[in-house]
Amino acid sequence: MAAVQETVERVRRIDVDQYRYGFETLIESDKAPKGLSEDTVRFISAKKNEPAWMLEWRLEAYRRWLTMTEPTWARVDYPKIDYQDIYYYAAPKPKKTLSSIDEIDPEILKTYEKLGIPLREVAILEGVEPPPGGEPSANRKIAVDAVFDSVSVATTFQKELKAAGVIFMPISEAIREHPELVRKYLGSVVPTSDNFFATLNSAVFSDGSFVYVPPGVRCPMELSTYFRINERNTGQFERTLIIADKGSYVSYLEGCTAPQRDENQLHAAVVELVALDDAEIKYSTVQNWYPGNSEGKGGIYNFVTKRGDCRGKHSKISWTQVETGSAITWKYPSCILRGDNSSGEFYSIAISNGFQQVDSGTKMLHLGKNTSSRIISKGIAAGKSQNTYRGLVSAHRKATGARNYTACDSLLIGDKCGAHTVPYVEAKNSSATFEHEATTSKISEDVLFYCIQRGLSQEEAVGLVVNGFVKDVLQQLPMEFAVEAQKLISISLEGSVG
Amino acid sequence: MSLLEVKDLKVRVEEREILHGLSLTVNPGEVHAIMGPNGSGKSTLSHVIAGKPGYEVTGGQILFRGEDLLEMEPNERAAKGVFLAFQYPVEIPGVTTWNFLHAALNAQRKARGEDEMSSPAFLKKVREVAKSLNVPQDMLKRGVNVGFSGGEKKRNEILQMALFEPAVCILDEMDSGLDIDALRIAADGVNALRSPERAMVVITHYQRLLNYIVPDYVHVMSKGRVVKSGGKELALELEESGYTQFEDAA
Repeated sequence: MAAVQETVERVRRIDVDQYRYGFETLIESDKAPKGLSEDTVRFISAKKNEPAWMLEWRLEAYRRWLTMTEPTWARVDYPKIDYQDIYYYAAPKPKKTLSSIDEIDPEILKTYEKLGIPLREVAILEGVEPPPGGEPSANRKIAVDAVFDSVSVATTFQKELKAAGVIFMPISEAIREHPELVRKYLGSVVPTSDNFFATLNSAVFSDGSFVYVPPGVRCPMELSTYFRINERNTGQFERTLIIADKGSYVSYLEGCTAPQRDENQLHAAVVELVALDDAEIKYSTVQNWYPGNSEGKGGIYNFVTKRGDCRGKHSKISWTQVETGSAITWKYPSCILRGDNSSGEFYSIAISNGFQQVDSGTKMLHLGKNTSSRIISKGIAAGKSQNTYRGLVSAHRKATGARNYTACDSLLIGDKCGAHTVPYVEAKNSSATFEHEATTSKISEDVLFYCIQRGLSQEEAVGLVVNGFVKDVLQQLPMEFAVEAQKLISISLEGSVG
Repeated sequence: MSLLEVKDLKVRVEEREILHGLSLTVNPGEVHAIMGPNGSGKSTLSHVIAGKPGYEVTGGQILFRGEDLLEMEPNERAAKGVFLAFQYPVEIPGVTTWNFLHAALNAQRKARGEDEMSSPAFLKKVREVAKSLNVPQDMLKRGVNVGFSGGEKKRNEILQMALFEPAVCILDEMDSGLDIDALRIAADGVNALRSPERAMVVITHYQRLLNYIVPDYVHVMSKGRVVKSGGKELALELEESGYTQFEDAA
C-alpha cells in the first residue's frame, strides 16, 4: 500500500487547488483566425499540406455539421458553447525545421518533463515496486507520440517500430505517407455523419496518432500518445486511428492534461479502432484534463467519440479508462462486434469531485454469431458532482449466442453528490444471454472509523477504500499506468470528506 | 502514573446523557472486565476512549500516560497505543488484509517518528504473527473481513492487536456472535497477548467470556456509572443473581 501513502504525501504538497498539471508554457504560437467557417477548414488542411481528397472529406463534414444540432440527452448541464469564439488551430511556432528530437523547442521538452512524459528515447526504468508475484517493470519500453495543442511534436522509437513493420506516426503525416490506409479506414468506424461532435472533429481535426500493425505482428512495445492543451481559447480536436491487421496485437495508452484556466475549453476527439481477423487491440486512457476550480469555474468540456470495430472473426477490443478530469465528460467508448466470435470489453473508473459532471459508459453492439462482451464500470462521486453511467447492450437478430455481462457499481462520498445508472438492453435474438448487476454504496462512517482507529488518517482511509473499490479495473491497466492511476484517484478525491 | 485514567466522564449522544460521571483507573499488566446490562453505556465508553465521532464529552477527562486523550485524533490515539477490538468489524472489499495491515502499521510507525517497514520485512513479520496465533495465511490474502465468519473476524482483530502491540486493548463484546469453540480460540489469542506492560479492558454482557479471559478486576456498570467494583469473584456473583440488584444502586 506504499502507493496510497505516497499519494497522500503528494496531496499534502499540493495547494488548495489540487490539479498539478495546471501550469502554462509560454511559447509563441501560430493560430488560425478565431471562429469556424469553410476558410478555417481550408486553413487547417493547407497547414497540414493535405491532398485534395482530405480537404474534400473535411468540407463535406463541415457542411453536414452546419445542419446538425448539439445533443441534449446526456445528464450534463453547461452554458451554450459559442463555436465562433474558439480557435480551431494552434501550433507552437517552430524556431526552425526539425530534423531530430534535440531540435524541439526546449520549452516544450520542459513541459513534457514536468508532466513526467519521456520524449527522449530512454527505456523507462521506474522504481515501481512489483506486486507479490508480479513482473518487475524494468526495461519496458513505451513509444510516445506527443500532441501539443494542434500538432504532434515528437514521436519516439520510430526506427525500432519500423523494423517490426509497425507504423506509428502523427495522423497528419500518415495522410501524406500512407494515403491508401488512411482513405480505406478513416471514418469507417465513426462516419463523418455520426454525431454533432464527431462531425465537428472530422471537419477541423488537426492531429492525433495513426497506428497500423501488419498481419501477425505483436507490437514490440506499448504505444502511447500524450495530449496537452496549452493555448488559451483553443479547442483540441484530435483524431486517432488504429488498425490491427489479421492476427496482430497492440496495446495503446493515452494521457491528457491542460493548464488551469478560468474559461472552459472544448475537447472533441474521435478515436477509431479496427481489428481484423484474430487481432486484438487494448486501448487504455488516463484522462486528467483540468476539471475546473473548487467553485466550478473553468475546466475542459470533453465530448469524445471512441469506437472500435471488431471487423474480423475472433477479434478482440478492450477499452480501459480512468476518468478523473474535465468539467463535463460525455464519452462512450464502444465496440461493434461484427466478426463471429469477436469480443469486446469495457473497464471504467469515472471519478467526479467538485462540480464535475460525468455522463459516460459504453455501447456493445452484437452483430456476429457467438460474440461476447463484458462491462465493468465503477463510478465514484464526491463533492457536488453528478456521475452517470449510460450503457447500451444490443443483439442484432442474427447475433446468435450473444453474451454480455455488465456490472455497474457506484460509490458516493458525502451527501451532496449524485450517482445515476441508465442501462439500455435490446435483444432481437432469443438466444442472447445478457446479465446486468448494479450496486450503489456509500463509504460508511463505520468503515472510515475502523481504518482511522488502526492509525490511518481520514485521507488515507478514503484512498484505501476507493482503491479497493476500483481494484478490478485497475488490474486491467498496464502496470506503470496502474500505479499512476492509483495516485491520481486519491489526488482527485482530496478534500472530498469534510 | 497510571496507563489509562478515566475521571468523572460525562458523555452525551444527541442531547441525551449516556455516561453520568464514570471513573476507571487501569495500570500496566492489569485486565479489567466491564460488565453490565444492555444500555448501561459499556460500548459508549469504549467508543469515547477510541475517539469515535458522534459523542459529545460534556465533563471529565481521559488521560493516557498522563496525556489528555480527548485532545487527540483517533489515529493519533492508535499510534500512541490505544487499540479497540470491534464488536462488529467492518468489511473492506478489494483491500487485501495484508495491504490494510501494512498501511495501518506504517501509518502508526510514521506518527511515532519510526521508519516505515518495507514490504518484505512486513510480510515476514505478519506471517510470523499469524503463525503464532494459528491464523491461516490464506486469510491475509483475502479482502479485509470480506466473507469472514464471525470467528474469523474476531481472530483478525486479535491478529491486528498482536501486530500493532498496543499498550491498552479494549475488547468490545468480543464474545458476541461466537460459538463456544470460536470463543475459546479467540480467548486463547487474547491470553497470549497478556503481558506485564499491556493492559486490557474487556467489555462483556456475559460472564462466560471471563471463564476464558480471567480478569484482575471486575466493574459493574448500570445507567452510565460504575456501581460496583471488585475482584474476579464479582463476575460469578453476577452470574447467580443477575443485574437487577444494581438497578436501584444507580
